[in-house]
Amino acid sequence: MELGAAEWSAVFLSLKVATWATVLSLPLAIWVAYALARKRFWGHSFLNAVVHLPLVLPPVVTGYVLLILFGRTGAVGKALESIFGIVIAFQWTGAVLAAAIMAFPLMVRAIRLAIEAVDPKLEQAALTLGVRPSLVFATITLPLILPGILAGMVLSFAKAIGEFGATITFVSNIPGRTQTIPSAIYSALQTPGQERAAMILVLISAAIAITALLVSEGLSRRIGQRIAGQ
Amino acid sequence: MTIKVQIHHHWDGFSLNAAFESPRGITAIFGRSGSGKTSIINAISGIFTPDHAKISIDQTDLVNTQAGINIPIHNRGVGYIFQYARLFPHLSVMNNLRYSAKYGRRKSHRFDPTEIIDLLGIEHILDRRPAALSGGEQQRVAIARALLSDPKILLMDEPLSALDAQRKAEILPFLERIRDNIRIPILYVSHSMSEVARLANHIVILDAGKVIASGDARQILADPALVPYLGVRSAGSSILTTLKAHDDDGLTRLATSSGNLYLPTIRGTVGQQVRVRILAQDVTIALTRPGDISALNILPCVVGDIHMGEGPGAIVSLRSGDDVFLARITRRSVQHLGLAIGKKCHAVIKSVSVSPTEIG
Repeated sequence: MELGAAEWSAVFLSLKVATWATVLSLPLAIWVAYALARKRFWGHSFLNAVVHLPLVLPPVVTGYVLLILFGRTGAVGKALESIFGIVIAFQWTGAVLAAAIMAFPLMVRAIRLAIEAVDPKLEQAALTLGVRPSLVFATITLPLILPGILAGMVLSFAKAIGEFGATITFVSNIPGRTQTIPSAIYSALQTPGQERAAMILVLISAAIAITALLVSEGLSRRIGQRIAGQ
Repeated sequence: MTIKVQIHHHWDGFSLNAAFESPRGITAIFGRSGSGKTSIINAISGIFTPDHAKISIDQTDLVNTQAGINIPIHNRGVGYIFQYARLFPHLSVMNNLRYSAKYGRRKSHRFDPTEIIDLLGIEHILDRRPAALSGGEQQRVAIARALLSDPKILLMDEPLSALDAQRKAEILPFLERIRDNIRIPILYVSHSMSEVARLANHIVILDAGKVIASGDARQILADPALVPYLGVRSAGSSILTTLKAHDDDGLTRLATSSGNLYLPTIRGTVGQQVRVRILAQDVTIALTRPGDISALNILPCVVGDIHMGEGPGAIVSLRSGDDVFLARITRRSVQHLGLAIGKKCHAVIKSVSVSPTEIG
């Protein structure tokens, strides 16, 4: 392979960032999807709009907002640094935050659709059997939406691997530290003689995406069969 | 165990004002669709909270809007059998049955799972998934699942209406077994008079959100004034008889309080009590005992009450010993025969028109 250390570290960093972004945002995504699908409350449409904002805003804008809030001089960033000693701007953890926020609407949409497909009458029936609501969620709703959760995680993972605009704005493009696959491809294309490296990175990112898709297809088919009882 | 229900709720263009008591056995809530039946049992289960309500089992309030009491669904101890079985698709039949014991908080378990499984005849399908069951099997599993959650009362919302005639006939005996073997009050919502007449000990008639009548099933079914609410075609009384003999020609002799009835295709043992239902449209009135007539069943009666319909029809109730029959005749016949309360006559009943129900 003609990939240098910097390119390889971009591949591993992308996998790490995408994995963390997906895993960390999952509980919140399930909670928000459940609230949007099942609850009627004041601010329902507002929450829905906020969740979808990263999908419609230019990614650079999202990155800029993150920089203002979470940068070392930003309101949240300053607090994080003085209380916990954590700095995320221009760190790989910042890339995780950017990727998680950009992928969040996709994950919420997939899970929300799955929750809406579960008949609330099943949950009602479970309640009449004397089971408290949180356990009904864990034993009825959750198993039935597993395929949707999986689909949401794959979408989120793929989006996080491909995230470019918000990431480069928020954490820049520092080889070995914040340079993900898309940033590395971008850098390679800017450098004469690096076309081959760019092409290999493109193939690697395509392979990652296709693998994730196949794995999720297989898993969700198996879960679907288990639920349908075949 | 007595269930007391008082509900007031107002929707756009419809209001529900219902108050009744339900003693032990099966209480049928009968009414046309849209009369508010399901809202009542949803309020009892806690799925729906009315504007004003006081619902109690014995002395314990499930909901009392005035006192600010509203026990959540899962703490009410009220079992619910829905129109569709609502089995959990990702669990086997056995795990559907175990669900409440595993995750529920009710400690006491009055019912033995083996007994309930046997009672509902589902031992051969325990390993299957709900998707692999017929509609009738699904509903039997749903009934067993509800019983195994150890409820204080059981609600049934038209549990047979989603099934075809054959499946209905398959489930009815199980419901009768539950009524007779398990001491648990059941509220049974239905718009089918034949189911109600077969199952109910007590009937509440609901029309446009109001309780028209509430009382003992046999009295309600024999009241001519209630016939418009029950449906003229399905009106009929239910009487208790004793099985006397199976004759060689296939007819069975049943003793009523005032004479014998000869009916075909009755099963059962001699001495057993049999409840039969006689439709008003199958009873003819004669002033003198007819001689040359094919009908086998002729009983002496006294006119109890006459209810003139809005059209050409009339419903006459006939007392015969301790039993009451309803007869659907024309107003013209009422005048022609000079029928009046207390007049003696004979009820002529076509033997083939009786649908039997065995009890006890």
